[in-house]
Formats: sequence, C-alpha cells, structure tokens
Amino acid sequence: MSKKVEVKNLVKIFGSKPRLALRRLEEGWSKDKILKATGQTVGVNNASLSVDEGEFFVIMGLSGSGKSTLIRCLNLLNVPTSGEIIVDGKNIVEFDKKQLREFRQKKVAMVFQNFGLFTHRTVLGNVEYGLEIRNIDKAERQQIALDALESVGLKGWEDKKPTELSGGMQQRVGLARALANDPDILLMDEPFGALDPLIRRDMQIELLEIQSKLKKTIIFITHDINEAFKLGDRVAVMKDGKIVQQGTPEDILNNPSDEYIEDFVKSIDRTKVIQAKNIMIKPHALVSIKDGVRVAIKEMQANNISSVFVVDGKMKIEGIVTIDDCVEAVKHKQTSLKELLRHDYYKTAEDEYIENILEDATKSKYPIIVVNDEDRLLGIIVRTSILTGLLPNESDTEIESA
Amino acid sequence: MYSFPVLFDFDPGIYVKVLVDWLTVNFQGFFDALTVGVKWIVFNIHDLLTFIPWFLFIFLIFLLGWRLKNFKSGLGYAIMFTTIGLIGLWSEMIFTLSIVITSVIISILIGVPVGIYSAYNQKLEAFLKPLLDGMQTMPSFVYLIPAMIFFGLGTVPAIFATIVYSTPPCIRLTSLAIKSVPGEMREAAYAFGSSRWQALIKVELPQAMPTIMAGINQTTMMAMSMVVISSMIGAKGLGENVLIAINRTDIAMGFNSGISIVFLAIIIDRITQMISRKYENV
Repeated sequence: MSKKVEVKNLVKIFGSKPRLALRRLEEGWSKDKILKATGQTVGVNNASLSVDEGEFFVIMGLSGSGKSTLIRCLNLLNVPTSGEIIVDGKNIVEFDKKQLREFRQKKVAMVFQNFGLFTHRTVLGNVEYGLEIRNIDKAERQQIALDALESVGLKGWEDKKPTELSGGMQQRVGLARALANDPDILLMDEPFGALDPLIRRDMQIELLEIQSKLKKTIIFITHDINEAFKLGDRVAVMKDGKIVQQGTPEDILNNPSDEYIEDFVKSIDRTKVIQAKNIMIKPHALVSIKDGVRVAIKEMQANNISSVFVVDGKMKIEGIVTIDDCVEAVKHKQTSLKELLRHDYYKTAEDEYIENILEDATKSKYPIIVVNDEDRLLGIIVRTSILTGLLPNESDTEIESA
Repeated sequence: MYSFPVLFDFDPGIYVKVLVDWLTVNFQGFFDALTVGVKWIVFNIHDLLTFIPWFLFIFLIFLLGWRLKNFKSGLGYAIMFTTIGLIGLWSEMIFTLSIVITSVIISILIGVPVGIYSAYNQKLEAFLKPLLDGMQTMPSFVYLIPAMIFFGLGTVPAIFATIVYSTPPCIRLTSLAIKSVPGEMREAAYAFGSSRWQALIKVELPQAMPTIMAGINQTTMMAMSMVVISSMIGAKGLGENVLIAINRTDIAMGFNSGISIVFLAIIIDRITQMISRKYENV
C-alpha cells in the first residue's frame, strides 16, 4: 500500500515571531517556557506521521493537544511554520495559490465539528458548493449533489435550509458536501463531537459503511478514545503538540509507550473496542461430521471437555455434540454424529465487539463460535477468553476452558 | 496661579489653514470635477423624483409600506407624506430627499468596499479607527467649514459634509459584519478551494448582509440628521425652511418644516429597517 500522506517534522507556531519560537524549540525549550518567554504558542511540535491509501487514520488527543491545528495544516488552512507535508509525492507546503486551490478542490475535502454549513444556502446549495467553485455546469453538479445526498440518506431534503435540519442531518449534509467532490482524502475534525451519543453511534456505523464502499483515505480527529479505537486502522495520540505514540489500536492497548498513554488507555471501555477476533482461540478439539461417535468421545476425553463442535470437510459448522449424548448413542449402537447434532450454540462474526457478545456468553452452555460469512469456523470464545480480553496486556494468554 | 500658563505659542490650526489653502490652490480642478459629478447625480435623482406626480408618489409609498410591513403602516406613511404636501412643503421635501439619497448612495459606495477591505487588513483597520472615531464625534457642522472652502456654497458642499458624517457607521458595521461570519463557514469556503473573491461573494457577503443593511440604515439616519445643518451653507430643501424659521423666530413655520423633516425621517428609517429585516433570515 502506497503512502498517501506523509507529514515530516511539522511545526506550527502561532504569533508574530514564529522564527524566534522555532529557534527555541530547536534548542529544546518546552511549550510553556516558550509561551512565557516569547508570547508565541506552539501548536504543533515536530509531528511526523504517514497515512496509507485507503487507511482510516485517527489523530486523538485532549483539547489543546494540537490535533485540530495539525489537521488544518493538511489542507493548508494553517500554514506550517516548518516541516513538509507530502501528498502523492508532492510537498503541498510549496504549492502556489493556483496549485493549492486545485488541491483543495480535487484532492482533499473537510468535514467540520460544527458542520460549517452555509446557512444562507439550501441543502443542495451546500452540497454542490465545491462543484460550483470548480465551475462545473449547473445540471451536472446538481445531479452529482443529489446523488451524494442520497448516499447519506437525505434524499428529499435538498430544498430545505440547514437550520431546518437536526444536528445529525446537518452533519450528513457536511459529509455529502465533502463526498460530492470525490476527493482522495477526507479530513474530519471531530465530526461527531457536536452530536448526542446515540446519533454519534449511528453516524460512526454509517461512516464505516461508506468507507468500506468508497475506500477513501480518511484522517479523523477525536478526543474520544473509544471512538478512536473503534474507527481507526491506526491511531496517533497527541499531547501538547507532540505525537506521543502511534500505531494500531492493539499496539497502543498492549504496549503503551508512557504513563500518559497508559492513563488514557485505562479509560477505554474495552468491550466496545476488543472484537471477537482479538480474543478467540483455536478450538481445543474439533470433530468432522464423517468421524464417528467413538472418535468424538475420544476427543472429548482426551481434552477433558464435555462437548465438541462438529464441522464438515470445509470447516463449515454442522453443530455441537455433548459427551453424554455420545455415550448414550454408543449404548444404542449408533455410529453417526448426525442425529446427535445440537444447534443451541451461539455464533458470532469475527469483527463483533465484546459488548455485543457478553449477553450470549452468559446464556450459552458452550463456547461461542466465531464464523465467517460462509459459516466456516474461525475460532471459539470461551468465557475466560472474554475476561482476559478485557484485562490489559494479557490478551495473549490462553486459558483452558472451564 | 489657576489659569493655564502661557508657555509658548502653540497654534496647530495655522498648519491646517496652510494645508487647506495649498489644497484649494493646487487641487481646484479636482474639486471642480467632484462638484460636477455630484451635481450630476443629485440633479438626476431630483429630476426622477419630480417626474413622478405627487399622487403616484404617495401611492407608491403606500404600496411599499403595505408590502414591506402591513396595511396600517402603508396607510400611515401615505398620510404623513400627504400632510407634508398639504403644509405646502412638497417640493422642498423632494429636494431634501434627493440630497439624502445622493449622500447615502455615495456613502455606501465608499463605505462598503472600505469596510470589506479593512475587515481583512489590520493595518488599515488600525489607521481607520481613530479617524472614524474623530469623524463621528466631531460636531457635524465643523465639516461645513472645509466643505465650504473646497466647494463653495450650496447643495454640493452640503452633500460632501453629509457624506463625511454618514460614511463611518457604514464602514464600521460592514467591517464588523464581515468579521462576524462564523469561522468554520469561512474555513469551509476555503477548504473547498474558493478564491478570495469567491469566498467573499458566495459566502461572506451573503452572511454579512443583515449587519451591512443595519449599517446602511444607520448611514441613512445620519444623513437625515445633517439636513438642517446643511442648509447653513446654502442647501435647499426643508432644512432651509427651518433655518429661516429660526432666524425669524417664526414658530409656526418652524413647526411645519420641523414636523416635515420628522415625517421624512420616520418613513425612511422604517423602510430601510424593513428592507434590512428581509435579510435577517440567514
């Protein structure tokens, strides 16, 4: 996968004497010291990161961490004080006015926390804005805008004014406006921050759906660690203008680089972040439908378990059999497992979050199986896997099933 | 002991006199050209207004009031204008109206662009601030002196003095209006690749309209307030009547012309306010 966006040693200083502050930064002064001595604010302090094409990259941090400043550098709404930002091989910091406008019109689009909609225009007028700037002719741009509105579920609302819409709907307009331009890169500045929690969840799911269809490169800002870990392929955590750690959510969860990250990570609701695939284990024993009852009994005895899953030749799940049923079957001289198959087990998909598996886990007599779309067995989840999955740094430990 | 000591002769006024004299001598052509330009505008507007017969004029005002507000207002304005006519000051009123309209148009043509420019340019803003403060607080008939010196007596200097007085609120409110456009909206305009011009025309100005209109309303009222003072340097119209009445201590005439000015001011104020309200639903 190619690097779509590369940020190298980005520094952004606010104030009238940025060069002076830059020198101080190079000398190793801290953000506070520089502010006190020179009155200049260090927004971003030597940040470096790279985003692959099609990746969902999240930049996370508390207020004042520099994340909003950083994302605005990526379309040059903020002009960097020093450093490079390379998109598709070109350093956008060196663009002239014309190149910059073209970059903003075609390559990158932004979605804002408080929506940034033009209240004097209709919903359609907002969505077609980017196309209007490019002088695309009216009929064509209106059609594109209508399609974009439909893709975010707002068909029929094109003639309304933004103030007539709810917060969630307004943000969808913002998203449609960005998507209508068909940019390679989407910059999203805490787009769901102003929405209430239920709507936020819906929007997160919708965004992931849109992303799976369109495969845009997304750079997403949030202060909510749960959101960061749920959405991001990789996450960068910022503090005081610096990137403290970046990596996949699992990396950060399992190897926090310092106390700050550790603290952050403690506050995660792991049930919303850890998925079935993170905690599933290979079944201790597995039996094929062609194997007989005796084989099944032997497997269960050897592994000290009271039930075993039965699959076909292609690992497709057929059902589960218990040791009691099998022993009874032997007494009646039955050899096939087919009649003994029970189907009162629970299944789940590998990207399901623990929070959605918990209820089944409490009800189920057996381990929960993890299957793919074709019902093929990928792994099993025993109760203790869930517990260890919720604890930090121990998710690799396998514990024998009860 | 208590009176301010005479330390040395400090007379800044003499330098201003020298400057004005120099300007008068060297730039007479420039001032003449301005005079011609302004005369052209005011006389054309006057011709247009007098071309409309009085009953049509009153009817149009009635329609305007009715459409913009309600029937009662339309009727009220029509009655006020009719009263002015009945008093016998119709042509004076038309003349005053022409002067006010001319002054306001020129003030807007200067004020709005300067206001827009100063919203973006901090140096200009810093330069203008004390200048505009001075222009608004200095007693309005102080402006009559340079107006008279550069342009002589009559309607044109009156218009110039009025413009000096009524442009500052337009500049100020336009600048404020542009600066008040929500930050995210402006960012969005640029984030989608707008040029400065596109952002201004498509986003900032439409958003700024309500406040700009409020500025225009203010400008209009300031212009109205200069009416009587303008007559002191020879402007014709209702102001002249007030001046004569004061000189003669003619109470009846004073009241008649005064109330006509009041009616005119009320109607213009209400109408510009109602127009500005049309822009408020942004």
